[in-house]
Parts: sequence; C-alpha cells; structure tokens
Amino acid sequence: MRDFVNEKTKLIKPSGIRKFFDIVRETEGAISLGVGEPDFVTSWKVRQAAIRSLQRGYTQYTGNRGIPTLLELIARYLQERFDLSFDPKHILVTVGGSEAIDLALRACVERGEEVLIPDPAYVSYAPLVTMADGVPVAVECREEDNFVLQSSLLEKAITPKTKAIILTYPNNPTGAIMTKDELEKIAKVIEKHDLLVITDEIYAELTYGKKHTSIVNLPGMKDRTIFISGFSKAFAMTGWRMGYVCAPPSIDDAMFKIHQYAIMCAPITSQHAAIEALQDGFSDGFATVEEMRESYDMRRKFVLHSLHEMGLHCFQPQGAFYAFPSVKNTGLSGERFAEQLLKTQKVAVVPGNAFGLFGENNVRLSYATGMNALAQAMERMSAFLSKTE
Amino acid sequence: MTAFEKEIVNVLTQDARIAPKQIAAMLSSDEQTVKAAIDKLEKEGIIVKYTAILNDEKTEDYVVDALIEVKVTPKKKEGFDGIAKQIASFPEVQSVYLMSGAYDLAVFIQDKTLQQVSRFVSERISTFDGVLSTATHFILKKYKIEGVVTEKEDTDNRILVLA
Repeated sequence: MRDFVNEKTKLIKPSGIRKFFDIVRETEGAISLGVGEPDFVTSWKVRQAAIRSLQRGYTQYTGNRGIPTLLELIARYLQERFDLSFDPKHILVTVGGSEAIDLALRACVERGEEVLIPDPAYVSYAPLVTMADGVPVAVECREEDNFVLQSSLLEKAITPKTKAIILTYPNNPTGAIMTKDELEKIAKVIEKHDLLVITDEIYAELTYGKKHTSIVNLPGMKDRTIFISGFSKAFAMTGWRMGYVCAPPSIDDAMFKIHQYAIMCAPITSQHAAIEALQDGFSDGFATVEEMRESYDMRRKFVLHSLHEMGLHCFQPQGAFYAFPSVKNTGLSGERFAEQLLKTQKVAVVPGNAFGLFGENNVRLSYATGMNALAQAMERMSAFLSKTE
Repeated sequence: MTAFEKEIVNVLTQDARIAPKQIAAMLSSDEQTVKAAIDKLEKEGIIVKYTAILNDEKTEDYVVDALIEVKVTPKKKEGFDGIAKQIASFPEVQSVYLMSGAYDLAVFIQDKTLQQVSRFVSERISTFDGVLSTATHFILKKYKIEGVVTEKEDTDNRILVLA
C-alpha cells in the first residue's frame, strides 16, 4: 500500500514532550506544575446557563459567525475592558483561539512566505505555519530584555519573504508582557516592512500590576492586525473551546470562508455559556475574573519568592500564570533539570526547549495549582537543588 | 480591619493551614509582619478559631443534627441576650442565632441519638424561663457546610496537554 500521509505533515515533528508527560502520568504522587490551564472550574452560573440552553432545546447549528447576541457582547466587552473598537460584523467566534490562529495563517500566508514567531512561544504557532505552507522563523526574545521582542532583533529576522509576525503577549511560557512604549518600537518596524500582525491576546485579562495594552490600538496597526482572544484563560473555560477573532474586512472575509467550510460554526452550547460569562461579567464588573486574577497573583508572588530563596534566577512574570526560571547555574539543561526533578522529587515542570529554540536553559512551571500542592512542590524543588549543588 | 488584614483573612478562610511564611510571600510581606497581624486578629476576636470542616456522612460516627426554632419572651434590660447566651453554653449546641421572622432563636444542636436531642429540647431548652415554644427540625442531609459543597466536584481533572 502507498504511504498516504503527505510530506508536509511528515515534516512536523511530534512533540518531544509527549514521552516526558507519559512518565509524569506513571509517576505516583507526582505534583504537576506542567498544566497550561486554569485550576478553576468554570463558574456555576455559566455552567447552569449551558444546561438551561440544552433544556430549552438549543442543540442546532448557529450562524457561521456565531450567535448575534454573543458577537455584540464580545464587541462591548473588548470596548469596555480593553478600549478596543470592533464592529460585531467583523467578529468571528471560533473553536478556541487555536482555530483562529489556523484561520489567520491559512487565509493570509502564501507558499514559502516567512512568518516570524517570537521565541520562546506557545507550541502551536510553528507547526500551524508549516501546515499553511509558510516558513516559521524564530525571533529570539532574550531574558536580559525581559523576554520582550526587540525591534533590532526583529529587523534582523526580516527578509523579502517575510509576510507576518505573530505576537503573543502576555506570553506563554515566559509570563512577559509588552508595554505601549515597547509595542510602539515594534510597530514602526512592522509598518516599515509592511507586515501583517497576528496578535494572540488570550491572556489579556491576566496581567499583574500593569493593565494590558493591545497593539491594535497603536496608530496604523488596526488595518494590518488580526486580533485573537477567547474565553479559556479569562473565564476558566478551556474545555468549552470558545475563541474569537477580529480582523480587517478583507481578511475577515477570507477567514470566514475557511471557517464556514471547515468548521461551520462553534458549538452552540459553548456559545450560550460564553454569553452568560459576559452578561454576568457586565453585571458585577467582572468580579469572577478579578477574583481569579488576584488568586493567581498571590501564587505568582509566592512562587517567585520561593524560587528566589532556593537560588534559582527567575524573570518576574507580569502576565499569564507561568514562571520561567533559568536553571543555568545548576549546570543542567532545562530538559535534564526537568527529568531529574521528576525522577528524584516527583515534581513535573516543562522543559523550556518545548517552546522553541531559545528556552533551553529554562523550565516552565504553572502556578495555576492549588496553594498546598504549590508549597509542597517548592519544598521539593528546593531539596532537589540543595542536592545538585 | 486594614486592607492587609483583610487579605490575610481571605487566605486563611480559604485554608487555615497556610503558614505565615507562605502568606508573607503571597502578599509581598515578611513573616514577622504577618504573624503580628494574625496575633492581633486573634486577640481582637476577629479570628475566633481554626477548625476542620468534617463531612459527617463519611466519619461513620452516628450523629444527629437538628435545628430548633425557639420563641422567647425578651426580658427587661437584657432582651434576648441572657437566654441566648445560656442556651449557647451547652456543649451540644453548635450555633445560636437571633432571627427576624416567625421565631426568635435558631439553635443548631448535635448529639448522638434522636432521643438525646429530644430530651435536650424538652428538658433543657423548653424549661427555661421565658421560652414560649420550640419546634424541632431534624437535618436529613447536608449538601453544603460552611460554604463548602460536600460532594466534591472533580476539580482537578486536567490532563497533561501542552497548552
């Protein structure tokens, strides 16, 4: 029989981390700081709204774009929370932010065109660029720059083939954010080279200290930017797969076509849940979101304090719910560190090289973990470090 | 309470076992300051007690819980306080509240058997001077205790996906 799988897909490397996660699963008593999702369950009001929608018989397709009420609520939410103005006509509800990234790349990238990805970054971008026939190009974000993308490094990575740049702040895995000033420097380069921006702002609600700024709001950016966000992180709704994308009309049209034929529409039950999440949020000033944010912030401070005490250098994350300490001074690579930590102390962290070329000396730990488990994990890590010295 | 004290109380009411050292890290403070603040809260009687919340259904100790509605004639000068405090002093009594509405005191009691609860009501509470009547309601099942739903949701069924 022929080999039916195409060459493009074969090129995509299976995630090296899978083996590691298999070991974690088999390690009894392991504390996992590896999970990249909130440790909160979706609020009961939201779950109840979904149940009610089922009871009332809402089990059909919705319009391709999503339920009109939801589109309007998303527009209002973005306006009120982030000062972003989008016409509901050009908002598209997607199956998680992930679908939106895929749509953006497939709608815009031509064969062989390069897409810049700040590195370290979330694992999906590069493979999705490859699947869209593009070429992913990593742009290093250095720890000494607070993992913020530098215009000089960006400029260096640009070639005549460069089409787009993916921005992803607050960042997974580093927890870095980009301020308005920092974004302005990047925006200049983007404009100069006429690049498309795909900005994934899924963690926008989770910043600590500074309020999130979107690149969309910088002069000249809105017409060249695809804005992606969703409900997963802000409302603890990962499993509902509720994302959305807002793009300039011509790009929006193109993405809409792919979505219409590939997906049809996002699940109706999840859309009803999302409607409740926003309506409830408007009724009490997004108290549930704020509570979760405060809870993450306390754990963030605790983890940073603990890492510092045990002598691990860690960049101060200002967003998302990850810490990305450097393990360089232990003499171990991030991968070896993670392996040995799991083996000897049963604490699972994710090696930084899972997130690209430039995270080798780091590990990612998620502080979206109960305080007791987190405290125990920190003690075990500290014990591990005193033994490696 | 100061804002700082409120933050401490927020942490402790979620989980009283979190150590001052950890709280200090969580609130960007230091251990001594947190300890002093907790001492103050204890001294002022704002923090009354640290305890464990048990799910009786799982302890396999047979206990009977009841809510007793008590109608009382308030006394001169002391109103409801005198009798309420006396009722509250019995170790069987878990909580006593003064209520608005159809009755005056809500008394939650716990004992080992139905008979003991009944006897407590008829021999202790009803005989107090000023008690007009009582109505005893036995608790059949507890769905939520002290803000905690007894049947735990599977809160951590997160699987390891690289997100």
